[in-house]
Amino acid sequence: MSERSLYRPEDTRFEVDIEALITRLRPLLPAEGLITHEQGRRAYECDGLAAYKQLPLLVASPETVDQARAVLQICSESRVPVVARGSGTSLSGGALPHPQGVLLSLAKFNRIKEIDPHRRIARVEPGVRNLAISEAAAPFGLYYAPDPSSQIACSIGGNIAENAGGVHCLKYGLTVHNVLQVTLLTIEGDQVTLGSLAPESPGYDLLALLTGSEGMLGVIVEAVVQLLPNPLTKQVLMASFPTVEAGGHAVAAIIAGGIIPAGLEMMDGPAIQAAEDFIQAGYDTQAAALLICELDGGEAEVSEQMRRVETILREQGADRIRVARDDTERARFWAGRKAAFPAVGRLAPDYYCMDGTIPRKHLAQVLKRISELSAAQGLRTVNVFHAGDGNLHPLILFDGNRPGELERAEQLGGQILELCVEVGGTITGEHGVGMEKIDQMCVQFRPEELEQFYAVKAAFDPQGLLNPGKAIPTLNRCAEFGRLHVHRGELPHPQIERF
Amino acid sequence: MPTSSDLTAEIAEQVRQAGATGRALEIRGNATKRFYGREARGEPLLMSEHRGIVHYEPSELVLSARSGTPLTELAARLAEHDQMLAFEPPYFAGEPTLGGAIAAGLAGPRRPFTGSVRDMVLGVRIVNGRGQVLQFGGQVMKNVAGYDLSRLMVGALGTLGVILEVSLKLLPTPQAEQTLTVDEPVTRIYELTEQWLRAGVPVSAAAHDGARLYVRLSGAASAVAFGSQRLGGQDFGSAERFWRELRDHRLAFFTCRGTESIWRIVLPAAAPPPDLPGAWINDWAGRQLWLRTDTDPAHIRREAQRLGGHATHFRGGDRTADVFQPLDAPLLRLHQRLKQAFDPAGILNPGRLYAPL
Ligand SMILES: Cc1cc2nc3c(=O)[nH]c(=O)nc-3n(C[C@H](O)[C@H](O)[C@H](O)COP(=O)(O)OP(=O)(O)OC[C@H]3O[C@@H](n4cnc5c(N)ncnc54)[C@H](O)[C@@H]3O)c2cc1C
Ligand SMILES: Cc1cc2nc3c(=O)[nH]c(=O)nc-3n(C[C@H](O)[C@H](O)[C@H](O)COP(=O)(O)OP(=O)(O)OC[C@H]3O[C@@H](n4cnc5c(N)ncnc54)[C@H](O)[C@@H]3O)c2cc1C
Repeated sequence: MSERSLYRPEDTRFEVDIEALITRLRPLLPAEGLITHEQGRRAYECDGLAAYKQLPLLVASPETVDQARAVLQICSESRVPVVARGSGTSLSGGALPHPQGVLLSLAKFNRIKEIDPHRRIARVEPGVRNLAISEAAAPFGLYYAPDPSSQIACSIGGNIAENAGGVHCLKYGLTVHNVLQVTLLTIEGDQVTLGSLAPESPGYDLLALLTGSEGMLGVIVEAVVQLLPNPLTKQVLMASFPTVEAGGHAVAAIIAGGIIPAGLEMMDGPAIQAAEDFIQAGYDTQAAALLICELDGGEAEVSEQMRRVETILREQGADRIRVARDDTERARFWAGRKAAFPAVGRLAPDYYCMDGTIPRKHLAQVLKRISELSAAQGLRTVNVFHAGDGNLHPLILFDGNRPGELERAEQLGGQILELCVEVGGTITGEHGVGMEKIDQMCVQFRPEELEQFYAVKAAFDPQGLLNPGKAIPTLNRCAEFGRLHVHRGELPHPQIERF
Repeated sequence: MPTSSDLTAEIAEQVRQAGATGRALEIRGNATKRFYGREARGEPLLMSEHRGIVHYEPSELVLSARSGTPLTELAARLAEHDQMLAFEPPYFAGEPTLGGAIAAGLAGPRRPFTGSVRDMVLGVRIVNGRGQVLQFGGQVMKNVAGYDLSRLMVGALGTLGVILEVSLKLLPTPQAEQTLTVDEPVTRIYELTEQWLRAGVPVSAAAHDGARLYVRLSGAASAVAFGSQRLGGQDFGSAERFWRELRDHRLAFFTCRGTESIWRIVLPAAAPPPDLPGAWINDWAGRQLWLRTDTDPAHIRREAQRLGGHATHFRGGDRTADVFQPLDAPLLRLHQRLKQAFDPAGILNPGRLYAPL
């Protein structure tokens, strides 16, 4: 698609002597651990946001912590940027390579070192796939709760870097609530342990700070995660609504009723149809909105909550409620939701997935505004999302081969995110800022706040070598974007040149 | 009668002036935890008049309040809607404030079962050491825009910023609650709690005082009834008071004699009880120990570390020495650089957490 340069001049100010760098790295890494030829580097040119592409200067794929540390130390000494990469499923360009930098692949760190069923913990290397942890824990009746839809592919290191969420995070928390300890390499090569197997560790909560920091503060080389016992019982129901607004109100009413479901997801009409065409989950294609609600816990508790949820749903105007009879049917109810992205992928040549989060009470109103904004851009938007958390995933359909459509899709995406900020929400709930939403950060944060972020970054990475140009925009970028957050009518930093 | 006033401008100005002249500030909520942490020094920065609930939407399970708001006022407001702060903050003697509770990061008996203080923090407004008013996070459940500087404030004891306002995730108050006592040794506290949890017993606290195991059940009436039947044990009548007094350190146990002091030892799940002389109470199903002793601090720290945990000299003893477990060199370096990033002049609660911070 577009061949625009994604990095700004201030993000590409490095002077790298590639021959000298190869000479220093070569003896440290296994033969296939250093990729220099273009064809090999091409495999890493993008992550899950395929519209953004950039070849890295080199790819380093260490196999041991000592090798990873040596790569970082050399890059630090020679002032070479480093972009860490787990499985490359980021939807925000977080793992997009830097043109002057080393792409550090953690893929070889794929061992589960320990499952301790008694303490309910798993000690894993950063490249271990999310689902692999639950698979290894399954024989003990345990699982790892945060379950992004990408869980067959995405790595735990990437999950921590993005503070990934999933369907079950409403009740069981995000990655930040389920990781106990991380071993981190700083760009200078120091190894530090953040967090602890005990409920807390002395000093600042650096583990919380690291979680969701998008590869900007250090490289994760080990993690210890908490496992949970499988729920004793589960019930899943599906409710159809005549309007998207009614579905939105029902979500707010369930939470307000003091019930925290294990999962509470919503799909709008086009998403229901797409999922049904794709995998025949038995969805009600007449509905304008479908809510899928999972309750889990002890048997008596679940059946009591089930009755209350059904009452609330009917009060909110559900015209059809179906309760799954057994595990097979439960799996089928979820299958359509889980396959929603690929299903929507068949509706148009390209789609663009947004990730704003809003207070739940605004769901109905925001969904309505999104459809109006889409109509104004002449594009279609499909909604499949973590309704219980207020985390929207509008999928904007477009055709990148038609001139101007990608730009219109990006424009619409930006408008949707700004709408989320306007109602008191955020531009990203779980996919991260990466390269994709970096301009919208200028809308959400004021220059003094961005400056505080730069200072925190410098505390970990004084030379600014880890993932430059991502996550936190420079003030120059914001000035050029023309959307500097204006606070009480004062124009901040009048000294910065406006473009 | 709850009062409300916004002193943001005055607080920011006091910090700016202190910064300009390099004078240290001692941030004070209601100073109920003044005993905590290392010795406080500096000109008092009073937070207790900066108070009031700014935003409370029961249907969203979210509350935002100014840091000087008394916890009792919050609890009363939440109770009207059958909601609560999930982490059961302690009310040490006096009228603790929300800001003090977040800065101290302490949680009550419910913590291992429903979450810690930082788990519930959604956003903050702070004044950093430069006197800038900054806002991070928000009022939504999921937010990964920018670094998570909200949760970083929890437990930092005010050394990184003056907390002005906090947004918290709330939980519905459990419908039913019951406490049972069981005659089992402390060595079985983790194992038994795990067995019960895995069987669907809604445990919300598990403590041992050397004589008995105390187990609190909270949840739907049906779940509590099921748990009670499964556990056996004896019903413990005045339980609410017991848990409150444990949380707030009002049990007789917490009274020190002579040169005794109170230590808090935090341990990994399933760790054996530490081999240390003194009297103790075991909470959090074995993960938090309160120890009353006059043993050598270095010895206590070594033992906690051997078991994979750490020790805090909670109350009493030498408040000019290390109170919290010392950090290793690379970690301390990161702490110092972070302190520098928020408070370059080193004026916010200097030395309260660690001497060099
Ligand atoms: C179809 C699809 C569905 C998705 N569904 C969800 C969902 O439901 N919920 C959700 O949260 N996300 C979802 N995602 C997004 C993505 O899967 C997550 O962000 C995931 O956590 C990324 O993991 P990864 O291993 O692929 O990381 P990468 O894409 O390789 O990297 C992501 C970021 O993490 C950094 N990073 C990776 N490894 C490390 C490390 N070891 N140390 C330091 N930094 C590191 C990178 O530098 C980069 O900034 C989805 C993606 C796809 C393609
Ligand atoms: C070691 C220790 C022992 C404790 N013992 C008890 C006890 O026996 N009984 C009990 O009820 N509670 C106890 N607590 C808990 C503490 O008193 C509570 O957390 C309480 O909520 C503090 O409220 P406060 O307003 O009185 O805080 P303060 O005592 O005024 O302050 C506590 C800490 O937080 C900082 N602080 C206060 N407000 C802010 C703010 N707005 N921004 C930034 N920093 C701020 C202070 O500088 C201080 O470091 C203890 C806490 C600690 C750390």
